[in-house]
Amino acid sequence: MPAPIFALVDCNNFYASCEKLFDPRLAGVPVVVLSNNDGVVVARSAEVKALGLPMGQPWFKVRDLAKRHGIVAFSSNYTLYADMSNRVVNVLAQFSPDLEVYSIDESFLDLSGHVPESLAAYGRSIRERVRQWLGLTVCVGIASSKTLAKLANHCAKKNLAGTGGICDFTAMSAAELDSLMARIEVGEIWGVGRQLAPKLHAMGIRSVKALRDADPGQLRQRFSVVQERIVQELRGIPCLSLEDVTPDRQQIISSRSFGERVHDLQSLQEAVTSHICRAAEKLRNQDSLAGAVTVSIRTSPFNPNEPRYQKSLTVALPEASADSRILTRAALKLLGQSYRQGYAYQKAGVMLSDIRPRRLRQPSLFSAIGNDEDNRRLMQTLDHINSRWGRGTLRLAAEGTDFGWRMKRGHLSPAYTTNWETLPRLIAR
Amino acid sequence: MANAEISTVPPPGIRFPAPESKLCPLPIDAAKIPAGFPSPAADYENGRLDINTYLIRNPVATFFFTVEGRSMEGAEIFDGDIVVVDRSITPRHGHIVVAFIHGERLLKRLYRRAHRVALISENPDFPPVEIREDAEFAVWGVVVGKFKRLPA
Repeated sequence: MPAPIFALVDCNNFYASCEKLFDPRLAGVPVVVLSNNDGVVVARSAEVKALGLPMGQPWFKVRDLAKRHGIVAFSSNYTLYADMSNRVVNVLAQFSPDLEVYSIDESFLDLSGHVPESLAAYGRSIRERVRQWLGLTVCVGIASSKTLAKLANHCAKKNLAGTGGICDFTAMSAAELDSLMARIEVGEIWGVGRQLAPKLHAMGIRSVKALRDADPGQLRQRFSVVQERIVQELRGIPCLSLEDVTPDRQQIISSRSFGERVHDLQSLQEAVTSHICRAAEKLRNQDSLAGAVTVSIRTSPFNPNEPRYQKSLTVALPEASADSRILTRAALKLLGQSYRQGYAYQKAGVMLSDIRPRRLRQPSLFSAIGNDEDNRRLMQTLDHINSRWGRGTLRLAAEGTDFGWRMKRGHLSPAYTTNWETLPRLIAR
Repeated sequence: MANAEISTVPPPGIRFPAPESKLCPLPIDAAKIPAGFPSPAADYENGRLDINTYLIRNPVATFFFTVEGRSMEGAEIFDGDIVVVDRSITPRHGHIVVAFIHGERLLKRLYRRAHRVALISENPDFPPVEIREDAEFAVWGVVVGKFKRLPA
């Protein structure tokens, strides 16, 4: 068996880069992306990082500073980021069939069996192809374990080692690695984080090298097998393998925080209906049926001055379905049972579960024959119309028309890649 | 929905545990029972034309843009057309390209010969845009097709 080799490929400033890709006015301009409801800064372009504006700041606190520096803010355009993320994964899959999508902008690749001398060159061709095909810059960390690959990626990104965004630990000498690891803070290691780092500091373990050279048995005693594993991984002994991706979703979740607090049942009903319709559309896209529906509502968990309430109810359907109307009826019934007056609701969500392929359908003894085919056609028509004319063109009356509960997204860029009506315009003048 | 079953799930924010599946579904058409002669056309299926494969060479690297203006009419690209842009093709002299220049997204023919780089229109009403060395200029992708839906 060839020696295991992992690569971690990570997109630089992913959300901000997606925004910049389609908007020529943003070349060289500092860009931030805000969380749901335009709450906090969740992504920064290189220009913003250079200005020293930190991550996670509430937008209202930094708005003045942003204005002074000409920073342009965007609401999170997850439709765009998800499409670009899928494209990146598609490109990466051409470089290795064994791939784990770790997050929206990071993937692990199994490169075991590659000629060691060619690894950095391989990394460069990954970077070059993603740059040309998708206009996004990636950094590649290469090493003999996932934890080391993540660290190598960190080094590539921060220019601590490697060149041109590629850092290959397998090509570095033991002495080079020693001095590099001695310079990196232990908290930078994947899986160490903010809670563990101070405890390691207290034990005198401050650098990556110190943790690598620590006694694994002692760490296991003190903490758990997880920390012992980190030490092994840092020594280049892989303990973590790539995790398989399940192709079809076992659960489909749609949930959102409200732009403003919601008090009345009708607004909640509209929100839940809209969530069900989105989830049902996904369900039909993978040609599946759901056997159970869950509805969750809650007030803000953070505001101590408001009375708190949360409820989550699940119903098993008598017959699995992908019909928005049937799923909505079930969800609204659950909502009616969960709803209590007098609370300021902050979030509502639905989940479809017990998902199985349509061809495994088991009709109930009492279901009307022929109905299913009619319903299916109706739903197909609904999906066609909505994919042609934009989401929500045709919808259930229960979804309402007011949308006061929708997210606040005052700075949203267009769906450049997923909606015919909002494609980027080219000037032919 | 009359005899639907209700169960309470502990409410941890909006996170959902998977409810247990009580059904054991079996495929309806698990075993096909042959009846009669097979269709003589059965071996000739899969021949339907797909406009995607006609217009798109590399889906991962392909993006669509809507055209606004008349400067490329000589190349048969009209106002309102949707163009198919493939980023995986290396732009060369003579390609019709999407170019980002001075904050604008332009559709032009790329001229790159001797020391001259320019963006050429395909309409005599529109003069070429000369690209000077200090220009903020990037070729975004190469146009490989176009399409439009007509009212009917």
